[in-house]
Amino acid sequence: MSVVSELEKASLSPSPGAVAPDKHPMDDFMRMDRMPHIWCSTCGIGVTVNCFAKALEKCKIPLDEVAVVSGIGCSGRVAGYVKVDSFHTTHGRAIPFATGLKLANPKLKVVVISGDGDIVAIGGNHFINAARRNIDITVICINNFNYAMTGGQLAPTTPEEAVLPTSPFGNFEHPFNLPFLAESVGAVYVARWTSLHVYNQTNAMVEALRKPGFSFIEILAPCPTIYERQQKFGDGLDRLRWYCDNSEIKNEANTKDVDIRLRDKIIVGKFVDTERPTYLDAMNAHYQEKLGARYKKYEG
Amino acid sequence: MDGDHACCEGALAAECRFVAGYPITPSTEVVERYSRRAPLVEGAVFIQMEDELAASIAIQGAVWGGKRAMTVTSGPGFSLMMEHIGLAAMTETPCVFVDVQRGGPSTGLPTLPGQADMMQARWGSHGDYEIIALSPNSPQESFDLVIDAFNLAEQYRVPVMFMMDECVGHMMERVVIPPADKIKIFPRRYTKLPPGRYLPFRPEPDLVPDMFKAGDGHRLHVTGLTHDYRGYPVMSAEIQEQLVHRLVDKIRVNAPKIWRNEEIAVEDADVVVVTYGITSRVATEAVALARKEGIKVGMLRLIVCWPFPEPRIEELAGQGKGLVVAEMNYGQLFFEVERCAHGKAPVLLAGHGGGTVHNAEDIAAKIMEAHKCRS
Repeated sequence: MSVVSELEKASLSPSPGAVAPDKHPMDDFMRMDRMPHIWCSTCGIGVTVNCFAKALEKCKIPLDEVAVVSGIGCSGRVAGYVKVDSFHTTHGRAIPFATGLKLANPKLKVVVISGDGDIVAIGGNHFINAARRNIDITVICINNFNYAMTGGQLAPTTPEEAVLPTSPFGNFEHPFNLPFLAESVGAVYVARWTSLHVYNQTNAMVEALRKPGFSFIEILAPCPTIYERQQKFGDGLDRLRWYCDNSEIKNEANTKDVDIRLRDKIIVGKFVDTERPTYLDAMNAHYQEKLGARYKKYEG
Repeated sequence: MDGDHACCEGALAAECRFVAGYPITPSTEVVERYSRRAPLVEGAVFIQMEDELAASIAIQGAVWGGKRAMTVTSGPGFSLMMEHIGLAAMTETPCVFVDVQRGGPSTGLPTLPGQADMMQARWGSHGDYEIIALSPNSPQESFDLVIDAFNLAEQYRVPVMFMMDECVGHMMERVVIPPADKIKIFPRRYTKLPPGRYLPFRPEPDLVPDMFKAGDGHRLHVTGLTHDYRGYPVMSAEIQEQLVHRLVDKIRVNAPKIWRNEEIAVEDADVVVVTYGITSRVATEAVALARKEGIKVGMLRLIVCWPFPEPRIEELAGQGKGLVVAEMNYGQLFFEVERCAHGKAPVLLAGHGGGTVHNAEDIAAKIMEAHKCRS
């Protein structure tokens, strides 16, 4: 019980660093009592968390009205560090949890932040169906091309020829092109940026957060400990330099043409920005039409 | 109305305002009715999800968004939902899982009854936890008891399994719906503490913590990882002991308040039939047959199957009464009864693989056998 009472004390007593001069700019947004985080040095996930905080600030969304939902994996840990209502769910199921949360309380700004394995492998069915329904959530998929937390196994995003613990002779599977997938199943906003593109990434989040409907951002993030090392890309900073030399910004590119190869140029940009009634808008309009005055608009 | 429809009406009466489902026989009538009713009930939403994994976690998102919620399924879908029964147990998310049981394993008998998901309801998800499971034996009870299912879920912050079967689900009987003011609703135990003061997983004296919902300004974390009172992940044996032991104890310690049985002619009985759900209706007939033969036999019908009423079974066995367990499987609660009898009384299984109900004569024969064993 001594552990517990100490934890309790720690969480109830005001942080000694709460005075302004010592205040870290992320204090309001991060659970500083959970630092240090688990992410490796030069991993791209922290960059995305930082950009997300900036995006919320830019959008002037009160933090009380934001909910972050994550699945399992390195990126799945984001929910644990952001100081908003946050839910760390099961592997692959962040999107259906977010669907229930958003439908129950449409006033919440619900954001799913999770990894590529979580969102498009084990959670692929939920991803395509939530996009099809145009559930009003933002999905930020941090793609590091492998299952980093479990030791770097092959993912559905792993480029062909990449060597990983479960593709020891190089990957021979064809990977997903996530923007193409997202667009084809009905996402109303689709963008891809890398951890190098902090301003573009932040702006994409601002646009996605403002966009009613299912918005999708793919972030290509270095995994210095496993993926980059195994592909001999160097560490995270080397990989950012590589991104700098090898990313081509092509807004409105045809998503068919943005697939990723191991060492080819990578197309980034905003690919899709369109309008379609959200699930709840469609539901309300439909029932109003069919049931008339008997139907009371659903607002939560 | 039938038991499936009654279950839907009971859920609405219990203020269930979010249902996520995935079609599966013989449970579909519950969600079909809810999808028709929801647009005309203020604040109610129905969504048909892409699979049972999605349905069983969408309801949990909805609960943290402030709704009372349930999902509805049958065996194969129930198997897919196990992961999220564990999540609900770990995150103490009050919600109701309705399982209209059919014959299994696997695809089994989609349109015919079974009672073979009872152990799965109890132990199906990995790790150690406790749940509550209820079993109605009529459409009327389907209505009444699903309200209790929601109330128990809220009171103990636990997933509650509503274990119907195809017969009760599709059986048409008269159902009396009481006036709204006669229906007791246990409100969600939201914390009264302000943000900053409230620890989301610190238990109250009844071992259950008070709740918050997203958007209330608490800005808290909920995780399926082992967590401390703040909800923060802690990977240690101490916190595992503190959390998981409490998750188990909050049901075990409160079990006397949760148990509910119906007993018929048990006092003077030499043999007691222990049964639940639709099988209890056949057992009633079997009891009458055996009584005609001059055997003093009674019936103990479990309304709450989990937590298991250990002391009552111990008591009956201690009095030397023979016990016959009638259930539509080849021994699930039978082993629980046998365990609790501690060898003090003969315990016989009147089992059946499902697909139809028992023959009353078969249960009666087991009653005679138990009577013989006893003497």
